[in-house]
Amino acid sequence: MGSPAEYAIVAAGLTKRYGGFTAVDRLDLNLTRGEVFGLLGPNGAGKTTTILMLLGLTEPTEGESRVEGHDPVRDPLAVKRLVGYLPDNVGFYPNLTGRQNLRYTADLNGLTRREAPDRIDALLSQVGLQEAADKRAGTYSRGMRQRLGIADALVKDPRILILDEPTIGIDPEGVRELLALIRHLSHQRGMTILLSSHLLSQVQAVCDQVGIFIRGRLIATGPVDTLGRRIAGEDGFEIEVQAYDPREAAPANGAVGSSLADIPGVREVGAEDTMWVVHAERDVRPLIPGALAAHGLVAIHLRLRGQSLDDVYGQYFHGETGVNDA
Amino acid sequence: MPEDEVPRALAGEAAVSAGEDDPIEGPEEHRGRHKFDLVPVGVGPVLRKELADQLTGLRFAILLVLIGVAALASVYLAGQAIKDVAFQAQGARNVFLGLFTVSGNGLPSFVSFVSFLGPLLGIAFGFDAVNSERSQGTLSRLVAQPIHRDAILLGKFLAGLATVALTLGVLMLLVGGLGLLIVGVPPSAEEVLRLIGFFLMTVLYVGFWLALAQAFSVVFRQAATSALAAIAVWLFFAIFWSLLAGLAVDALAPQGADPTVAQVLRHERLSEGFGRVSPITLYGEATAPMLDPSVRSLGALLPAQVDRAIAAPLALSQSLLLVWPQIVALVGVVLVFFGAAYVIFMREEIRA
Repeated sequence: MGSPAEYAIVAAGLTKRYGGFTAVDRLDLNLTRGEVFGLLGPNGAGKTTTILMLLGLTEPTEGESRVEGHDPVRDPLAVKRLVGYLPDNVGFYPNLTGRQNLRYTADLNGLTRREAPDRIDALLSQVGLQEAADKRAGTYSRGMRQRLGIADALVKDPRILILDEPTIGIDPEGVRELLALIRHLSHQRGMTILLSSHLLSQVQAVCDQVGIFIRGRLIATGPVDTLGRRIAGEDGFEIEVQAYDPREAAPANGAVGSSLADIPGVREVGAEDTMWVVHAERDVRPLIPGALAAHGLVAIHLRLRGQSLDDVYGQYFHGETGVNDA
Repeated sequence: MPEDEVPRALAGEAAVSAGEDDPIEGPEEHRGRHKFDLVPVGVGPVLRKELADQLTGLRFAILLVLIGVAALASVYLAGQAIKDVAFQAQGARNVFLGLFTVSGNGLPSFVSFVSFLGPLLGIAFGFDAVNSERSQGTLSRLVAQPIHRDAILLGKFLAGLATVALTLGVLMLLVGGLGLLIVGVPPSAEEVLRLIGFFLMTVLYVGFWLALAQAFSVVFRQAATSALAAIAVWLFFAIFWSLLAGLAVDALAPQGADPTVAQVLRHERLSEGFGRVSPITLYGEATAPMLDPSVRSLGALLPAQVDRAIAAPLALSQSLLLVWPQIVALVGVVLVFFGAAYVIFMREEIRA
């Protein structure tokens, strides 16, 4: 277990079993202060269970965790004082206004009557709800509820923010705003943020670190790009290529394969739909345009596979299926 | 938290090191409450919010009108009946109490109405206490706040009880005022004390139904199911229990065509015992001597026991002594159901 002074969240061997079903299996996790950590995995992977254990809302079967040095099992109140939590499918009292809902949270956190209104006003405008603040929460749309949920999690001015599926039900513009807010909280306020999601492409831009969580097991952690490289490194590099033939004013075909196969380090070149996939021992992208030009072709698409998180995710997801079947 | 007042511009390291040195007792004491954890942290805010919800809700208004109309009608008729007979009654004592116990012109007395509608009050304020939070998705937010989980149950229970006390208090004052106008006899000090005793017992009695409904609201995910279950228990005790108990007693202590005294006594004791399983019976027995000082005993008395006894009304302290076991039993069942809700709720995992 890492030293509590260094990490905001530490989990060691955290396990949760429901009867015979293991929801979370020996999870080890270290979150550095101020980082944004994305817990990624399909539905039912155990992300929410992990969050509940970190918050002291459910007891781990085995293992332990520390949140800012506090044990969620023995001292859940200390943890809950420091952690703002946006639950999956957040709800509000429909007969109270958005502002009144936040007031209740402020009360529960022991904010004084003097400081609460100002902070609530600031938060409401931060999430863009100042106009709807005095409407009943029952009239809010899904996206508005989600935004009010973020404001609600921030009312206590937390040191750690835990967001469970924060992008669900928000339109793309809303997601963009949300990610901007997360970035702001992380960079300007030094908040440690743990967010879970099953939509990788939405959150990868904002995460410093990601953990791929599948069937209760955290099977890989690290920054997005190194995770991608690690996968690529295993069975070499895969590069997508599309070329254009200016002489025929059409996408090039036949000649591409032979021209690429001559590049040193390339093991194999295969065709996939309209593009070519180069399997190489190393990243040969700098050499490809030159090789194509030598044959009078122009490169119009060049992409290293396994670098976007979607590829990482897909690869791990498939790998996991294979492991389990074995 | 105090450290949060530090401008967050310094963020990371500064805020973090301030936090490390801060013992967790610090912020608690800073706010000057719950030093000894006698009351779970967070009861205050939950109580305030729930009370505001109850009092501004439509539910409260409907029940107040419903029970108010019944109570006013019963006391008006009781007042008329008392006025008609008061002059013939010898030594008309405790006329004011009579307003609450006398039934006039076919309408049940105030006490009967309260005994019948009290459960409805308790059930109405408790049946959706926890499951509505669950279905609204507010429960997972609530339990993530720095409050003890039992504060949610206790706060809601106390808010319900306060609402009940308020409803009942308002009604009794209203009804007392009306009675005073009709009968014109002001209550004596003892009568006022007896009415306060009746008030507290009624709050306790409604508290039982509140605790029951709240326990159901923890067990049943659907508010409608929980309300139906609580109403089923109410109707069972109000209507069927005495029938079933009668059958059971007849089977256990049969009385022939010519029963002996021992047989009759055994039959009587058993049926008392069975009857007292029902909180409605307990409440009836607890309130009768409170509102009628001439009630000297609950249950069967042999002629030998009343031989040469003077038929005088009991003092308040003696009436209280008589109903003490009933009060303790009512407190007991309230605690049982509150405890059951507590145990289930504390061990539950709350997912969104």
